[in-house]
Amino acid sequence: MLHFLSLHAAELINLCASLILLIAFAMLAQRKILALINLFAAQGLMLCVSTVLVAFVSGQAHLYWSALLTLVLKVLLLPWILHRLIRKLNVKWDVETLFNVSTTMIVGIVLVILAFNLVQPVSQLAGAVTKSTLGIALASVLLAFLMMITRSKAVPQVVGFLAMENGLVLAATGATHGMPMVIEFGIALDVLVGVLILGVFFFQIRERFDSLDTRHLEKLKET
Amino acid sequence: MTSAAGLAAQFAELILAVLLAPMLTGWVNQCRAWLQNRSGPGVLQPYRMLLKLFRKEVVLAHNASPLFRIAPYVIFACLALSAAIVPTLSTDLPLNAAADAIALVGLLALARMFISLAGMDVGTAFGSLGARREMMVGFLAEPALLMVLFTASLISHSTSLATIVGTLAKNEFVIYPSLAFAGVAFTMVSLAENARIPVDNPATHLELTMIHEAMVLEYSGRHLAMIEWAASLKLFVYSCMGLALFVPFGIAEGGDSAGILLALPVLAAKLAVGGALLALIETLSAKMRIFRAPEFLGIAFLVAVLAMLVRVLLES
Repeated sequence: MLHFLSLHAAELINLCASLILLIAFAMLAQRKILALINLFAAQGLMLCVSTVLVAFVSGQAHLYWSALLTLVLKVLLLPWILHRLIRKLNVKWDVETLFNVSTTMIVGIVLVILAFNLVQPVSQLAGAVTKSTLGIALASVLLAFLMMITRSKAVPQVVGFLAMENGLVLAATGATHGMPMVIEFGIALDVLVGVLILGVFFFQIRERFDSLDTRHLEKLKET
Repeated sequence: MTSAAGLAAQFAELILAVLLAPMLTGWVNQCRAWLQNRSGPGVLQPYRMLLKLFRKEVVLAHNASPLFRIAPYVIFACLALSAAIVPTLSTDLPLNAAADAIALVGLLALARMFISLAGMDVGTAFGSLGARREMMVGFLAEPALLMVLFTASLISHSTSLATIVGTLAKNEFVIYPSLAFAGVAFTMVSLAENARIPVDNPATHLELTMIHEAMVLEYSGRHLAMIEWAASLKLFVYSCMGLALFVPFGIAEGGDSAGILLALPVLAAKLAVGGALLALIETLSAKMRIFRAPEFLGIAFLVAVLAMLVRVLLES
């Protein structure tokens, strides 16, 4: 088993990275809010697996901690908080998208090409086993951006924000074998607190407008 | 060039496909029944169905043209031929020199064209409705299928299916991320092409949403038997294509007969697992509205494009 892992680790990391990209596309196309959160949890799981693999290949022990952090925070805690929020807000309705799905997907494909080309010169310089994941990481960040832009409801926007963070962590493990532990803990705490605060915001937005559609916020003016 | 063993493998494959295809359909139905807590009709039910239909007399509409009568045989021939092209037992197939992956897609398109023409031939509302829907699904699914095949071709530098499968099976165990994407796209395309549940319901005669059943409503007797048999063959061809592209292990290299004998139980096991998975997908998903089908297939196409991109930009 270990022998197999060391032989194919680079390919397995590539596979995990590709699955993260695939899940990013699935999130882009997903209308239902509960499925969206489950997809986010799956993306976190893939990220966790790929981090463990990078840790195994590079022998960096602190990456195991990073993987554990990802597992606890992004696979278990954040989805649980989001599920609870949704139950409390009673918003199990379909997520509507601003553009139609096919257009969004085509824009997504263009973004992937853009990201792969942008990263090409950088990944030539990177000497790590996982240099090809850098392009995928940038692509998933851009796709998460796109999701935040195209969605009008608050909860999917937050999921997009969290997915963006997934892409950044993937880039960090891919290019430089992870960030220092202090920074990683800091980011994790930031994300957790961010979600908690945004959860409070959800209630405020709904109380004010009877809906979670953030387009209502454009009407806010000091008069 | 064409060895005797190759010819034997070719004929064995063709006969096996034609004979086993209804059993695969029966197996899928049986698995669905089990998953839905029914006891199910057994895997041999499609054979009984075919036998019954062959014994019945053919009822033709007054205004049915000769095309209506020859269409079932053309469709069956197309699908039998494509079953012969897809390598299931051995990669040493004489027919592979004549037809590659693109020709295979062409053959499937020819079958689709004939079944649509036959559906419109009598001029009933249901027939034309089904034919139009079939063409809509077809023209969206075909580019996605081609993209999937092109991704596999990029890996093995050939569009010949035997070479593709040979390369994939012979290699040391290598993981291709692009094939993961291609696999997802292929699954979506085959669900649509085989009139399976998210796109069409194979077991309905009631809803206005049916596609495949709407086209063949006018058929009876041996014509209907041929069409049903061809539909089973189509499922068999798609399953074998998926197995050949994504889990090609255990197929016989070259023309040794021992390898073919070994490949047979492996193929049966893979088909059994694949059929059970198909039944699981069908049980877990609900049928989409027909207007969602373009979106579904658009996503399949884009995932297939993504597979090619990943192949070109990541793995080269």
